[in-house]
Amino acid sequence: MSPELETTTLDIEGMTCASCASFVEKSLSRTPGVQNAMVNFATEKATVHYLPDQASPTTLKEAVVKAGYGVIERVPDTSAAERNAEIDRQKAVAYQKLKRRFWVALGLAIVIMPLSMLMLWPALMQRVNMQWLNYTLLVLTLPVLLYSGREFYVSAWNGFKHRAANMDTLVAVGTGAAFLYSLAATVVPGFFTSRGIMPEVYYDTTATIIALILLGKVMEMRAKTQTSAAMKALLGLQVKTARVVRPNGQELDVPIEQVQLGDTVVVRPGEKVATDGVILEGHSSLDEAMLTGESLPVEKKVGDAVFGATLNKTGSFRFRVTKVGADTMLSRIVKLVEDAQGSRAPIQRLADKVSAIFVPTVVVVAILTFVLWFDLATVATRLPLALVNFVAVLIIACPCALGLATPTAIMVSTGKGAEHGVLIRNAEALEKAYQVNTVLLDKTGTITNGQPAVTDFVAPGQDAKHLLHLIAAVERQSEHPLAEAVVRYADAQHAAKVSATGFRAVEGKGAAATVAGQAVLIGNRRLLADEGVALSPELVTQAEQLLDQAKTVLYAAVAGEAVALIGVADSVRETSAAAIRKLQALGIEVVMMTGDNPQTAAQVASQVGIKRYFAEVLPGDKAGKVKELQMEGRIVAMVGDGINDAPALAQADIGLAVGSGTDVAMEAAGITLMRSDLNGVVTAIELSRQTIRTIRQNLFFAFIYNILGIPIAAGLLYPVLGWLLSPMLAAGAMALSSVSVLTNSLRLRAFTNR
Amino acid sequence: MDTAEIMVTVGGLALAVFVVWYFFFSSRQTAAAVSSSGGVQEVAVTVKGGYSPAVIEVERGKPVQLSFYRDEENSCSEELLMPDFSVRRDLPAFKTTLVELLPQQAGTFEFTCGMGMLRGSLVVK
Repeated sequence: MSPELETTTLDIEGMTCASCASFVEKSLSRTPGVQNAMVNFATEKATVHYLPDQASPTTLKEAVVKAGYGVIERVPDTSAAERNAEIDRQKAVAYQKLKRRFWVALGLAIVIMPLSMLMLWPALMQRVNMQWLNYTLLVLTLPVLLYSGREFYVSAWNGFKHRAANMDTLVAVGTGAAFLYSLAATVVPGFFTSRGIMPEVYYDTTATIIALILLGKVMEMRAKTQTSAAMKALLGLQVKTARVVRPNGQELDVPIEQVQLGDTVVVRPGEKVATDGVILEGHSSLDEAMLTGESLPVEKKVGDAVFGATLNKTGSFRFRVTKVGADTMLSRIVKLVEDAQGSRAPIQRLADKVSAIFVPTVVVVAILTFVLWFDLATVATRLPLALVNFVAVLIIACPCALGLATPTAIMVSTGKGAEHGVLIRNAEALEKAYQVNTVLLDKTGTITNGQPAVTDFVAPGQDAKHLLHLIAAVERQSEHPLAEAVVRYADAQHAAKVSATGFRAVEGKGAAATVAGQAVLIGNRRLLADEGVALSPELVTQAEQLLDQAKTVLYAAVAGEAVALIGVADSVRETSAAAIRKLQALGIEVVMMTGDNPQTAAQVASQVGIKRYFAEVLPGDKAGKVKELQMEGRIVAMVGDGINDAPALAQADIGLAVGSGTDVAMEAAGITLMRSDLNGVVTAIELSRQTIRTIRQNLFFAFIYNILGIPIAAGLLYPVLGWLLSPMLAAGAMALSSVSVLTNSLRLRAFTNR
Repeated sequence: MDTAEIMVTVGGLALAVFVVWYFFFSSRQTAAAVSSSGGVQEVAVTVKGGYSPAVIEVERGKPVQLSFYRDEENSCSEELLMPDFSVRRDLPAFKTTLVELLPQQAGTFEFTCGMGMLRGSLVVK
């Protein structure tokens, strides 16, 4: 007997540490029928293989509860991707149904229309029995109402019970009124003729309105699925299996949910990386475009971080898993985009307020229209006129256009941003980026590569090697990027490693320590001045030469005497100058800020075409510089690395964090750039401008449409121009209005980085 | 003004007043959250032309799990928006969708359908 093993995944609740996980694992394993159980603490999931005749999800759950933990009852939708698949399936079914309902309505309306117009040919009319014609029309209209339009009435009634009114309410009341009137005119025409009113019927109106509004819905549904296309593409990147190396050296394909922290995973050329990790052996070039928007493959070697969903191009490598599930870069990007799409844009506030009261207000306006027409028109025409205008007002009003104006644009644009490696945190960030007129760049890591390197070591009349090892001893204890450059240089020169005591860092100036009994100072000129160390004329001349070459100069003193200079340079990124030109072409003033001396700052600024800069800015003063620009009445975007620049990013009207994909503090900034070059800033600003422009067009259109449409439908122009709006035209306009708004938002899909 | 006109005018105005009262001023169904053993405040919401309950009371600082069961296919309710919590969720028809959040501040936070027609609110105390 070998019954099939079944596998189930449980969401465990209440595990606070890794040992809880092993406890749950043990109690699950001891449950009769369980072949093996694996609990992942990070994802809070248990994967259990069991014999279905001895165990069941219920007994497994009991085991977990007995162990003192809970099982979260999930509806079958465990992952976002699965949930999406279910929703997609339902939407596809709904779309087919909707299309069928539309075709039925259209087919019948095409028959009903000409039949209703027979009265235009009086000769023909005399041969037809009016009564029979009306009954025929009634029979033809009933399926339109009960099959095609059923959802409108059901939804309106459900809404009414909840004291909520929506677009369906308007359609239901409008078509319902026209139909009931026609029904009365068909069944009891005597009631009308006795009061001097022609028993007219409006079956054509009823059927056409339903057909047109369904047409609008079909088009709307088709367009709407496209707004979330980028999100779907992101979810589709998720890898399903990973090739895990087991302790015995065996390679095994396992579902991604079962991959655990610390596992070793093999990636062969042409395969996707399963999850985030660090390369253990091998090297390769990886295509990270799906996460960062960077089209060139990135070279990776042992110790480098790799990310799930990126594509391995050339070599084969093994990596150790460092992140799984919701912690991976891809999941964080998905979450961020999801959150952004759910956020509310301040620009939308008015539209939201109007939406909230829209439908009931339109119903009231329609009732008043009815009353006014009834009171003001002649006795013979008042009832039909009141009815027609009542219906026209209800049908033309389009709350959907208002509701769709902003969110659809935000959805398309945040998705588009992610495609380009620009992660927008929320709609508000997008709005702020639109208003920006000044971009403040932190030089290091944005304009330049951010990794300074020692270019010159000047020690006139000294033992250079000896000095270097003293200086390196101090710098080894510092975390400053310049110090790291010195250490890298010293290591490359094979300088001896000695220890330093009494290390102290002087913020924005340098560091000091005692090495081999001698006081060593290393830092900028101010550090030496503060410590009362004078520079020899020779060192001053040498320093000026280095400064002229836009190098940062570090001054070293041993035992109170200035002995050496170190020239450090950080190369300018190739893309910086072009990106800055593009920003300036957008009418944005680009300002640079750096901790470097004025000479270096001036040199770099002129190299990339920046006219204004702040030099010698201490780390703590960065936020102050942002404020300074804001005091000038500017709307400032601050571009920084997101970790050291957090206060400045927060102070700015909009913060853009630049990261090379690793450990980006996504939460710190309004916008995160996955690629570490300035083109991302251009993309972010251009995208925000296009998005807000689109939203404005949408809102303008939606408001103007309703503001003009409703009074015209009410017959306001009748006394002046003799205009009355046919309810059928109103239905056409209404169907087109929401589709136009959607189509306008979808234009953002064509956004490309120029 | 003949009798018909008087009837229509009075009836129409009365109806208009009723509409305004019914949709804007009448009271809504309210429910308070029930805390589970794990300290999660759970509320089941049925979505059918609106949200029942439409007003949900929860306590501040404790996780909240809202389970929305969408009991209809009508497209109006297919999306759920809770802008204050950055939530935009598709609700599949005849399925329960869980929304988890942690209210940190007291106040009234609205949730609506995708187009802002159906409304409910989360009252955090």
